[in-house]
Amino acid sequence: MSVHVAPLKTYIYVFLALMFFTVLTVGVAFVNFAHHAPKGIGNVLNDAVAMSIALTKAVLVVAFFMHVKGSTKITPVVIWGTLIFMVILFVFTGADYLTRPMTTFVPVMSQ
Amino acid sequence: MSENSTLAHHFDSYAQQKESASLGMWVFISQEIMFFGGLFLAYTIYRWRFPEAFAYSSNELDIGLGLFNTIVLIGSSLTMALAVRNAALGEKNGTVRNLILTMLLGSVFLVVKGFEYAHKWQHHLIPGPNFQFSGPDPVHAQLFFVLYFSMTGLHALHMIVGLGILAWLTAQAAKGRFTPENHNYVEGVGLYWHFVDIIWIFLFPLLYLFGRHHLT
Repeated sequence: MSVHVAPLKTYIYVFLALMFFTVLTVGVAFVNFAHHAPKGIGNVLNDAVAMSIALTKAVLVVAFFMHVKGSTKITPVVIWGTLIFMVILFVFTGADYLTRPMTTFVPVMSQ
Repeated sequence: MSENSTLAHHFDSYAQQKESASLGMWVFISQEIMFFGGLFLAYTIYRWRFPEAFAYSSNELDIGLGLFNTIVLIGSSLTMALAVRNAALGEKNGTVRNLILTMLLGSVFLVVKGFEYAHKWQHHLIPGPNFQFSGPDPVHAQLFFVLYFSMTGLHALHMIVGLGILAWLTAQAAKGRFTPENHNYVEGVGLYWHFVDIIWIFLFPLLYLFGRHHLT
């Protein structure tokens, strides 16, 4: 039987891309995007940039190191299913916290 | 079919066997993602609620060590991926060599993590009665460190388990147990190791980088 194996340079290029994005995310962490953005969205811009970079890195690992690129269609079904449940977890819990006052956390030490 | 065939009797072909093994691993990783998801959710809610405490706490972490460990861990993912590639090509020595490199890099990550934990201990940043924090809102700064130790601790635990599995896998590889037709154990352990790498890819910006721009 023939075995499909990606060439060595694919792995090296993916690794180099991951290194590039790692250095990039550290670099942009020191930039305050709120200074360069319209009022209101500035305070979430840094998070949006950092999470977009992390997501890009994760997609590279999943597609190439975890061989989802070139796998049968059932693997993406499992991954998308997981992500949908993560969205449900975050959206429903987030909606609960956003729509009712949160009681202040008071640990024993401060009493 | 030869007597020492590595094709289990309930599979029609090696391709089907390989696909089933990978799929099983992906379902396991799926529940692992949900499992970590609870911690990521707790982090999101509390950071949204106490942004100032979290921003100042985040700046207590050593960004240099965090960056170093990120590079080390992604490096270990590369060597793991190369080990799987070697196994798929039937290169026994390459498989063993790359698995050992993966274990070495994983160990370096854990040692650096240990030094970071020791530093937090010395600076009274362990949540509890001896917690001391000079920044604003020390009460909620503790929440950040509770999440920091929970998330990195659970991640480190996964790495320790991974190192144990890798040691077993390396011994199996050295015995020549894996073939281009069936190296599903190597592929499966690889999937687990890359998953642990992805968790860190998200932990690094969330814990180390958030709040950095408040100082600029």
